[in-house]
Amino acid sequence: MRAPAILLLWSASLLAAGAAAPDACITCHSALEDGKGPASSIKNDIHVAHGLSCADCHGGDRTSTDPEVAMSKAKGFKGKPGRTEIPKFCGSCHSNPDFMRKYAPRERVDQLELYQTSVHGTRLAAGDTKVATCIDCHSVHDIRAVKDSQSPVHPLHVADTCSRCHSDKDRMAPYKIPTNQYAEYKTSVHWQALTKRGDLSAPSCASCHGNHGAKPPQVESISEVCGSCHVLYAQLYGRSVHKAVFSSAGGGGGCIVCHSNHGIQQPDTRMLTGSTAVCATCHDAGTPPANTAAQMAAWIDGLDNAIKQSDAVLARAEKSGMEVSEAQVKLIEGRENLVKSRLTLHGMQPDQMRIPIDAGMEIARETRTAGESALREREVRRYGLGVSVVFIGLSILAIRVLIQRIES
Amino acid sequence: MVRDLMDHKVVPIHAGTAWYYFGGITLFLIGIQLFTGILLLLYYRPTVAEAFDSVRFLMTRVDFGWLIRSIHSWSANLLIFSAFIHMFSVVFTHAYRRPRELTWLSGILLLGLMLGFGFSGYLLPWNQISYFATKVGTDVAGSTPMLGPALARFLRGGEDVGAATLTRFFDFHVILLPLITFGLLGFHLALVQKHGMHTPSGIPAEKLSHMKFFPNFFLRELIVWYGVLAVLGSLAAIFPWELGEKADPFASAPAGIRPEWYFLAQFYTLKLIPSHVWIFEGELLGLFGFGLLAVVWVMLPFWEVKPGGERRTRLATGFGVFLVCYLVVFTILGYVR
Repeated sequence: MRAPAILLLWSASLLAAGAAAPDACITCHSALEDGKGPASSIKNDIHVAHGLSCADCHGGDRTSTDPEVAMSKAKGFKGKPGRTEIPKFCGSCHSNPDFMRKYAPRERVDQLELYQTSVHGTRLAAGDTKVATCIDCHSVHDIRAVKDSQSPVHPLHVADTCSRCHSDKDRMAPYKIPTNQYAEYKTSVHWQALTKRGDLSAPSCASCHGNHGAKPPQVESISEVCGSCHVLYAQLYGRSVHKAVFSSAGGGGGCIVCHSNHGIQQPDTRMLTGSTAVCATCHDAGTPPANTAAQMAAWIDGLDNAIKQSDAVLARAEKSGMEVSEAQVKLIEGRENLVKSRLTLHGMQPDQMRIPIDAGMEIARETRTAGESALREREVRRYGLGVSVVFIGLSILAIRVLIQRIES
Repeated sequence: MVRDLMDHKVVPIHAGTAWYYFGGITLFLIGIQLFTGILLLLYYRPTVAEAFDSVRFLMTRVDFGWLIRSIHSWSANLLIFSAFIHMFSVVFTHAYRRPRELTWLSGILLLGLMLGFGFSGYLLPWNQISYFATKVGTDVAGSTPMLGPALARFLRGGEDVGAATLTRFFDFHVILLPLITFGLLGFHLALVQKHGMHTPSGIPAEKLSHMKFFPNFFLRELIVWYGVLAVLGSLAAIFPWELGEKADPFASAPAGIRPEWYFLAQFYTLKLIPSHVWIFEGELLGLFGFGLLAVVWVMLPFWEVKPGGERRTRLATGFGVFLVCYLVVFTILGYVR
């Protein structure tokens, strides 16, 4: 009874599709699955978009409507792979440069190799089938390109995808790893940049841990990981006295000693001095390093305040119609020096830090003077206007008197 | 001849005598434009690379440069405002009637030239707002049937607003338009002297008195000019004309871009018209409507009089009232929306 029905459906779809040859796998499985299985979800799959079909992964004969023929071993039918087989199953094409060149020549072909070095891969090889394989992150049958905004591995969704397992306490319990990373990450500046500013280059899980080769970075390499984006900061840190301490075993791990790892907050000078100072976790108050940190914080705050004051004066001048755009452009240079001073802080050499601080303070002074001068000029103009109006009024009065004299 | 004119020229005294001052105010503001324009030319450099910086230099480094530029910009606006009042006062007092048809026509042409000065001068500082407003303005000109594309190309000196447009607009603003204006202004003033000041009909001769133009009316006009100068100085000192940001052709147009206030009513009308009305393009239909309105307005002295000599006074006044209402309401709507 089932075979004639399938045949009927297949014939109908053949007619509907005109000359295009139907995929018998999809035709039959659509009839069997009630619209909820792979045959219906595969229409969004990138492989189908490239002209591949079920049989290209699972083997078998896509042209036959006879299940015995279509899914016969003789036709190369492989069926559904076991979880431990999945990476190699996908890798049979994705690790084949010649094959991949036909469809996505710029795509990397080392995913399987990387996966085998990852925590997921090594555990899978050891027989742990609970760890993530390709399909757990990329989904199965409705696999989309990474740049597709609906893909679970699109930059905006990577953290959600990782958290599906890594925030699951029961699932993570056997591995004895924390499950608060995602919650912390969602409070971080990186999350803000990614989701609020829409900056797709902002980091999420895979940016630091790797994707296919996912592994926590080792203590000595954390600054390298952060430095892949924060290049200059990493260079200065590398030359600082902290490098030898933080990046050694037991040192806490480079950048994260001060900035933390997943929940990185907007840094400010409260990290250097006061009750919330991270410096104070190692350096007691009153010691030379703590005093230096306080001094550097005071310099940065001083420059920050000076720039804000100049900005306010220029804004007042601009609001009252004065032309201060040159000073405003100059003040941008001042802000750049503030950024540089925060940068040079990572080298922990106060003398080096004074260079941008001094340059920034000079610009703040110059621009504030320009703003104040514009405000004084505004007053002079108004005073001048008052005097002119008085003279105009007197002239009008004189003419009135002249008219009266002429007409009387 | 001048002596004779000064001795004999008189001004009628009646309820509407105050309207006579607006011709003088307009003339005074043209003089201010000429004087400040010549001073601006000492520093202005009409190239894309230098225009904005030269105006900024003038405003920030040259003594009283800010005052000269602000007065030039404010007086340009007051000039157009005053010219509009002068035109409508002529309509409502029916001063366009025979034998003053040519005075009316030359006056309308002068108003058109003033608008041309406004449009061409707006681009010269080469800032963001003026760049995109000129883009919009020349786009509208480009929508004119038949001649549109050629007209837009002529105005821009190419396919888009750029270096050639700036040079061209500078040329229009400081050479071509002033030459035509001086000739036409001389003609207009000569006609005013030839025909004398118009007296509104309906005032009995026994109730009408006159004052000598010189010195009586002239001194009063001088008071008004002083008043205008005080207003100009106040506007320039309290609200200096902004320079804005340098034009960036690759930037997106600033939000809410709109032309100067004297083009706002037409701009807003075009915005209201749907893209297609029956088989016609909406913008084309709007331009056709403006063209028709302008022709009817210009020809007012000729259609207002019937072949038998009878006057269509109510129709002409009604048309004037309609136009004033339209311009005021649509300018306000264009500004607030």
